[in-house]
Amino acid sequence: MAKNGAQILLECIEREGVDVMFGYPGGVTLDIYDAMPAFNIRHVLVRHEQGAVHAADGYARASGKTGVCLVTSGPGATNTVTGIATAYADSIPLVVFTGQVPVNLIGNDAFQEVDILGITRPCTKHNYMVQSVKELPQIVRRAFYIARSGRPGPVLVELPRNVLNESMEFSYPDEPVRLRTYNPNLKPNINQLRRAAKAVSEARSPLFLAGGGVIMADAGAVLTRLANRYQIPVTSTLMGLGAFDGTSPLHLGMLGMHGLYPANMAVSKCDLLIAVGARFDDRVTGRVAAFAPNAGIIHIDIDPTSIRKSVAVSIPVVADCRLALEELENLLEKQEVPGAISSREWLEQLEIWRRECAANPAHVCRAAAGQNPVENPAVSPELSTGFIRPQTVIETLYRLVGAHEDKTIITTEVGQHQMWVAQFYPFSRPRTLLTSGGLGTMGYGLPAALGAQLARPDSLVIDVAGDGSVQMNLQELGTIAANHLPVKVIILNNRYLGMVRQLQQFFYNGNYQAVGMEVQPDFVKLAEAYGLDGYRVTDPSVLESVLKEALFSSKAAIVDIQVEPEENVYPMVPAGSGLDEMLLA
Amino acid sequence: MRHVLSVLVENEPGVLSRVSGLFSGRGFNIESLNVAPTPDPETSHMTITTFGDDQILEQIVKQLRKLITVVKVIDFSAQATVEREMMLVRVGAEEGAREEILRLADIFRCKVVDVGHSDLILEVSGDQEKLSAFLALLQKYGVREVARTGTVAMRRSLQPEHKEPA
Ligand SMILES: Cc1cc2nc3c(=O)[nH]c(=O)nc-3n(C[C@H](O)[C@H](O)[C@H](O)COP(=O)(O)OP(=O)(O)OC[C@H]3O[C@@H](n4cnc5c(N)ncnc54)[C@H](O)[C@@H]3O)c2cc1C
Ligand SMILES: Cc1ncc(C[n+]2csc(CCOP(=O)(O)OP(=O)(O)O)c2C)c(N)n1
Repeated sequence: MAKNGAQILLECIEREGVDVMFGYPGGVTLDIYDAMPAFNIRHVLVRHEQGAVHAADGYARASGKTGVCLVTSGPGATNTVTGIATAYADSIPLVVFTGQVPVNLIGNDAFQEVDILGITRPCTKHNYMVQSVKELPQIVRRAFYIARSGRPGPVLVELPRNVLNESMEFSYPDEPVRLRTYNPNLKPNINQLRRAAKAVSEARSPLFLAGGGVIMADAGAVLTRLANRYQIPVTSTLMGLGAFDGTSPLHLGMLGMHGLYPANMAVSKCDLLIAVGARFDDRVTGRVAAFAPNAGIIHIDIDPTSIRKSVAVSIPVVADCRLALEELENLLEKQEVPGAISSREWLEQLEIWRRECAANPAHVCRAAAGQNPVENPAVSPELSTGFIRPQTVIETLYRLVGAHEDKTIITTEVGQHQMWVAQFYPFSRPRTLLTSGGLGTMGYGLPAALGAQLARPDSLVIDVAGDGSVQMNLQELGTIAANHLPVKVIILNNRYLGMVRQLQQFFYNGNYQAVGMEVQPDFVKLAEAYGLDGYRVTDPSVLESVLKEALFSSKAAIVDIQVEPEENVYPMVPAGSGLDEMLLA
Repeated sequence: MRHVLSVLVENEPGVLSRVSGLFSGRGFNIESLNVAPTPDPETSHMTITTFGDDQILEQIVKQLRKLITVVKVIDFSAQATVEREMMLVRVGAEEGAREEILRLADIFRCKVVDVGHSDLILEVSGDQEKLSAFLALLQKYGVREVARTGTVAMRRSLQPEHKEPA
């Protein structure tokens, strides 16, 4: 049957299993909108193209599927760039379709023409321009294949207008997509794994480092079996949180610049580090020379470029980490290791670090220890300052929703609040923390939450926000309202760009410049202006009851919580220091 | 250390900028980059001369392989290769100097490809060292213009034993 490019495009998208697409129209994409009613794809009209990409990203992270966006040429396309770079930094599968002027006008500085291929080349896994309708089906199929396979990432497809209204005979091709230049290796090299198994069985103080790749590969279950059976403790990167049970006594919490004390100490003292789907970001390693100084490192990653990029590795394994861990499990099974691999001293040492930490006034490891807050008035400054501590908000939140963990998704913006979420909310399920780690994009959390809500309609989706970040994509409250999405936005309102203020306090003698957010909208009225519920909390004694009401109502809500303005995130590893040189207060 | 990479890529628009963008975006050095067609119309061949320590080179090779449009990357530094670069030089050649220049050209197996009233264009090929030496010798006559192709390279058929690739 003869179909036009727009119809062929939508058919190909539908065949990829896409049920939701986030977009914003413009002149050159109108053929697609015209064809849309015939297809079973829900188009969610956002309020800004950056929001479309973050929403598709949140959808992808929450569901494990590929997120899809559709925007117009020129400004529509350039507005997607921050979202694309965000997804690229965290290896999130997206396909972003951008309109373009007709092929014969390209290069003419035509109206709303930009070279979006050139602009996004460094922040996409790959990008394509479709030159004619004949190429369209193959390119769309390749785009999806590349986005979700291997190390996932965003792929951009540019659609010149003429391609959308040209027609051709079309029936969907059934053969699988094959590319001669792209064929990610999934299977581990058995010799490397044998070396790995030997190293693991000989270790006295081993440690797993779980990264975002564990979640992408669905490797949490096998990681958990290995850790439990051989009593190997686990620390996670920000992106790996949720891969392993955060309440397990074997979980030490997040490591790194704002990692928990037991986690950072354990990395610094372990004799074997088994890094799985993690890329040794500089926020994770601190000073590289001081990173895991006593340890051999096994590094399992699907992307060869992640290996030996920043940290020297003794046993590299390029593979899908689920397959690799399963094979490692078999090998260890065959070696008949009787029980715990960790020595008793190592397990005791972990307990000592936990206790040392709990004695610290900042008591930042309670969450890691899976313990309830120590009831100690000396560490409850609410009583003295009258301000709510932001950490208390996260603990309260966890108390309220922790029981429904598999049905609770937390997104965050970027800043101190993001770190407190990572430290004080013991994530126990994969895909329940959605956060911009690699790019650190303020404004990510709100649109990502709406995308996650569409992916998981039955879940409670909460954006834990800073008062600065949330203002970067506030317009998406409109999308939330229009689609009746019961997203909750909890603002830890310190009236500062807190994370930057903290840096100025520590390293610029408290010279606070350009970090004040004194003038803010009235967030309660703002919620109401969009027809959502708004709450404000200033009194610590009602925090829990107000949160409860907001979280368990069926409507979207903003909860503006006035918190201690100058609270800091601890531990903090200053730039250039080793992980065991944390500032604790 | 200097490395010569042979990179086979899909012959399609934008592929050069993907490769050059990778080098600039990641702060890798390019000394020279040569692109030319291959007998297969669907591919092009690039020869890239770069420098960096082993860890950087490993990243360069891995990052190049990761580009979807790259078919194959070979690092020639572990192999015996033939390297050549071609250069055109416009050199001042006043009456008295001409003879001397022609003699030099002969020693370096150059061709004279153009003759003007007061200058000559010489064509010379060889490895980098030879071209640098030749240019140095020509300085005193006045080198007016230089155009170089950048290095191209090929693996030798017979490899010394210890250098045979795995
Ligand atoms: C304000 C701020 C503070 C931060 N502080 C910290 C901190 O203290 N600690 C911290 O950890 N992070 C911190 N981050 C986040 C940090 O910047 C990085 O984003 C994060 O550490 C990267 O996590 P990752 O190594 O797990 O890699 P990811 O970015 O999640 O990458 C995943 C890795 O897994 C690989 N992979 C993908 N799929 C597979 C597969 N199927 N099999 C095997 N491997 C696969 C990929 O190739 C890649 O190497 C902070 C971020 C911000 C914004
Ligand atoms: C788009 C963007 N611009 C600037 C920054 C730099 N930055 C990192 S954290 C931060 C402050 C965040 O403030 P807020 O959202 O109020 O959160 P808080 O740290 O107070 O919890 C800034 C400006 C960034 N990460 N992203």
